Amino acid sequence: MIRGVIIMNDQGKPRLVKFYEFQPVEKQQELIRSIYKILCSRADNVSNFVKVDSLFGPDVRLVYKTFATLYFVFIFDNSENELAMLDLMQVFVETLDKCFSNVCELDIVFNFNKVHTILDEIILGGQVLETSSSEVMKAVDEISKLERSGNSIIPSIPGWQGR
Amino acid sequence: MAGPSLMDSLFQRSLDDIIKGLRLTPPGTESTFIGKSLNEIRREIKSTDPATKATALQKLTYLHSLHGADMSWAAFHSVELSSSAAHSHKRIAFLSASLSFNPNTTEVILLLTHQLRKDLSSSNIHDVSLALSTLSSICNPDLARDLTPEVFTLLSSCKVFVRKKAIATVLRIFEQYPDAVRVCFKRIVENLENVDMGVLSTVVGLFCELTEKEPRSYLPLAPEFYKILVDCRNNWVLIKVLKIFAKLVPLEPRLGKRVVEPISEHLGRTGAKSLAFECVRTIVTSLSEYDNAVKLAVGKILELLLDDDPNLKYLGLQALAIVAQKNIWAVLENKELVVKALSDVDVNIKLEALRLVMSMVSEDNVMEICRILISQALKSDPEFCNEILGFILLTCARNFYEVIFYFDWYVTFLGEMARIPHCQKGEEIENQLVDIGLRVKDARPQLVHVARDLVIDPALFGNPFMHRVLAAAAWISGEYIELSRNPFEVMEALLQPRTSLLSPFVRAVYIQSAFKVLTFCLSSYLKLTGDNASYPSPLTDSVPKTNNEGSLDTVACQSLSETELDNQNMVVTDGQTPFASLGTSHLTEESIVALVNLVETNLGPLAGSSEVEVQERASNVLGLIKLIKPKLHDCLDQSEGDKMKVEPNASEMVQVIFDAFSEDLGPVSLNAQERVPIPDGLVLKENLGDLEEVCGDMKLPLSTSFSLVKPHMVDATSIPEWQSKEESEPSNESTSLLAEHRKRHGLYYLSSENKGMISNDYPAAHDPKDKAVDETEDLVKLTGESLIIKRKPNHVKPRPVVVKLDDGEGVNVALKAAEVKADLISGAVQEVLFGNEATTSSRRKSSKKSSKQREVDELNVPVPESKNSTMETDKSGVGFGGSGRRKHHSHGKERKHRNSGKDKEHDKKDKQKSNHGDGKHKSQQRADGDLAVQSPVIPDFLL
Repeated sequence: MIRGVIIMNDQGKPRLVKFYEFQPVEKQQELIRSIYKILCSRADNVSNFVKVDSLFGPDVRLVYKTFATLYFVFIFDNSENELAMLDLMQVFVETLDKCFSNVCELDIVFNFNKVHTILDEIILGGQVLETSSSEVMKAVDEISKLERSGNSIIPSIPGWQGR
Repeated sequence: MAGPSLMDSLFQRSLDDIIKGLRLTPPGTESTFIGKSLNEIRREIKSTDPATKATALQKLTYLHSLHGADMSWAAFHSVELSSSAAHSHKRIAFLSASLSFNPNTTEVILLLTHQLRKDLSSSNIHDVSLALSTLSSICNPDLARDLTPEVFTLLSSCKVFVRKKAIATVLRIFEQYPDAVRVCFKRIVENLENVDMGVLSTVVGLFCELTEKEPRSYLPLAPEFYKILVDCRNNWVLIKVLKIFAKLVPLEPRLGKRVVEPISEHLGRTGAKSLAFECVRTIVTSLSEYDNAVKLAVGKILELLLDDDPNLKYLGLQALAIVAQKNIWAVLENKELVVKALSDVDVNIKLEALRLVMSMVSEDNVMEICRILISQALKSDPEFCNEILGFILLTCARNFYEVIFYFDWYVTFLGEMARIPHCQKGEEIENQLVDIGLRVKDARPQLVHVARDLVIDPALFGNPFMHRVLAAAAWISGEYIELSRNPFEVMEALLQPRTSLLSPFVRAVYIQSAFKVLTFCLSSYLKLTGDNASYPSPLTDSVPKTNNEGSLDTVACQSLSETELDNQNMVVTDGQTPFASLGTSHLTEESIVALVNLVETNLGPLAGSSEVEVQERASNVLGLIKLIKPKLHDCLDQSEGDKMKVEPNASEMVQVIFDAFSEDLGPVSLNAQERVPIPDGLVLKENLGDLEEVCGDMKLPLSTSFSLVKPHMVDATSIPEWQSKEESEPSNESTSLLAEHRKRHGLYYLSSENKGMISNDYPAAHDPKDKAVDETEDLVKLTGESLIIKRKPNHVKPRPVVVKLDDGEGVNVALKAAEVKADLISGAVQEVLFGNEATTSSRRKSSKKSSKQREVDELNVPVPESKNSTMETDKSGVGFGGSGRRKHHSHGKERKHRNSGKDKEHDKKDKQKSNHGDGKHKSQQRADGDLAVQSPVIPDFLL
């Protein structure tokens, strides 16, 4: 099972935090700090797996990858394949890239909800749901459309709030 | 009402504003900004306008998730907003719920039930999928129970998009509400035949999670999994199926025969590294007896090891580590690669390589490997250096130093290791040094030598990690002082000024060791002088008296004059170290007096130490000195004049010292324990007598097989161990308080504590007995151990591997907790798969269920046939004796009965074959129970 997905930047600031088993928010922050500590101590050209038994219990590992200024981190246990997790991360990043055309940290910073929506299409309750980024894209587009249409029904002003 | 809410809406800051604001705030003031925003949010969230509320909740969720703000107070608002008609609001509400609700404590979760049910039945697939993903995040037993029907419906939804999410959600529902299995399981199994890869992948993923917890229940589904394994070409699906088989194969050996081929085929065919690696892992973990497959896998591992990608190299080493457990040749074949990986830049790779190198250690190569590793450690950064040292220590101490045959080498090696600049393993080294001292009598001379070198080196005090090693060295020097070439030198080392750098704890050890050295020197001196004279006879009564008077005297008046004397002596000792050149054989009155003075000078100030341990021990020594000193002076004075007069004094002193010896050193001295008398009616002796006989039998073959070292080891083990065990046994009860005290005062008492614990640990030494049926086998095991170990009874506590043992226990405890749940699920699974009989099978699994419960279960079985089989399993189970096996068998039987008509045909065939004439159901079953118990488990698959 996948225990969690974290995106954080190279300063250790979390940009997306999703744990698939409930963790109190203080614990989350603590875990993020510990993970950041581990990640930033690692050189560039080394393997991407880290054993995190001490943080999450026996047999739990994480795989991370750096994209520009961001660390993508997947935390998972025995029932996942390490290399498949790397692939899945690739799927996630690809989807983000398609969604925000040339994704950068700011896109993720300002699209908190959408990033969650994307992730929810890929992983549900710690299980891999979809591994094709185009399928994910399709669903996410539909959801966006639905959100927009839903908003137009109810007279409200969020439309120009963002500007 | 509309007014304020409109104003709120108009001037409400959006999430983007908050984010921008946060980015603009100077570092350090974020919390103020967040606090202010939270105040705003608290106001806005109460708005009746859903849009305002949604934005407020969105902002709050953001601050909660990424900045750790508390939002438990807003749970109800999430619930409220979730009923909004707008999908975007609903999404915000459910996201906030799934990120912040605690399934166990958030009370309003139940208020979501209705909304979730509504959304699960919605015609909009995105509403449904949102509800599913929320449900799987916040699922608790109540939600799971209430929403099972809706999820069940979705399991056969014609929309793949929804169906696979429903399947994924089911895992959480099962975990929270095992009864849901009865409802949903069949439909889930049906999905195993789905042609859609998305659905198949999710359902296989689900089974992968389920088998992880309790694989046995899913054995009957092996044919389905096998079909997927053979037919499917989707890597994601195959990886999960492989993981399932990795769990199932060990339970059903014949399964291995079937799957090994397709798995090898996948391994040869696939270009995907992830699948290839999974094949390799499955083969090396669960199919390790299939040589061809293993060879293929090892070939693949070699490819991974040679790859430039550090990830592949790392995984390759990991896989190799698994192979090493059963096929060590694979590691040896790739030895060079492994050793090379030791100097990789990647810590992961280095660690894996180190682990592998340690797995290669045997008694033949341990010295060589240690040499290589130490040179590697010297080159490495401190952290990895200590990893290496830790691994060496762990491996060498493993199973009571089973790989070590040259203890002289090993203790010297430990001494060298302690001196490595980065070494932080002082405590471990300390434990092993003391431990070896206690266990390995033959190593003691070398140990004393190593300890002397450590104690005597003033440079070592500077390194705080060294202190624990020094404590061990000091203890050894004191305890085995009779083996020392020069006790005076040791005494000086123990009292050197730099000892003030030590922690009080270690210092206390030093003082106590000095005490031992002192008493040793005095008594040997007295023995020397006493040789000429007759030994003490008359003064037994007066001894205690002397004690009291002496101490009173000394306290009162002598202190001043003595310190003066000491000062003089100090000058002498510091200048020339007059006794450094003297061996034990050169004991003279002068040297003894000088020694006593040296001790007194150095320990005198410590009697006023603020550390209780130090103070107490120093006082002990000083007390002895005060008793003895006047008499020594008498000796000196008188010996100059009249030799004859010395004798009564000397003999009296011998008494006093021996009293001091036995009183103070008793608990620590190795011999002291052996003096404890054996209480009546202790059966242990007989038992051990047997043991010794067996030991005697064992001597011959073993001593021939291990040349050099073995013979004297045999001598060392069998007898002293036997003695110490037997004699220390009685001390158990009487010393329990003492043991408590020792525990508290730790280090110094280490040895004696072990001694004290011998009796406690005794049953543990016989541990295998509990499980093993065969007593002789038991004894063989024991003796096998004892041949290697010098003093087995002492092993349990100081043995470094104790860490391991603790781990094991910890895991067990953790597992138990998890098992209960898994048990419920699998119990339900079996019920579904086999109907009522599952109740019987669930009983089999859980020793947790009381026997009463079992009876109830049995009674509950309604169908006559199944009842029959219940009895059957019991009987056959008894026949097998071993409880572990019995589970296995009974399980297989149940399967047999549960399965459909096909099985029965199969049964009949078997019946005919087994030709036991009576052809009765029962006997037939028992007969084939022995040989092919599990054949019915996956019948159509095997036939």
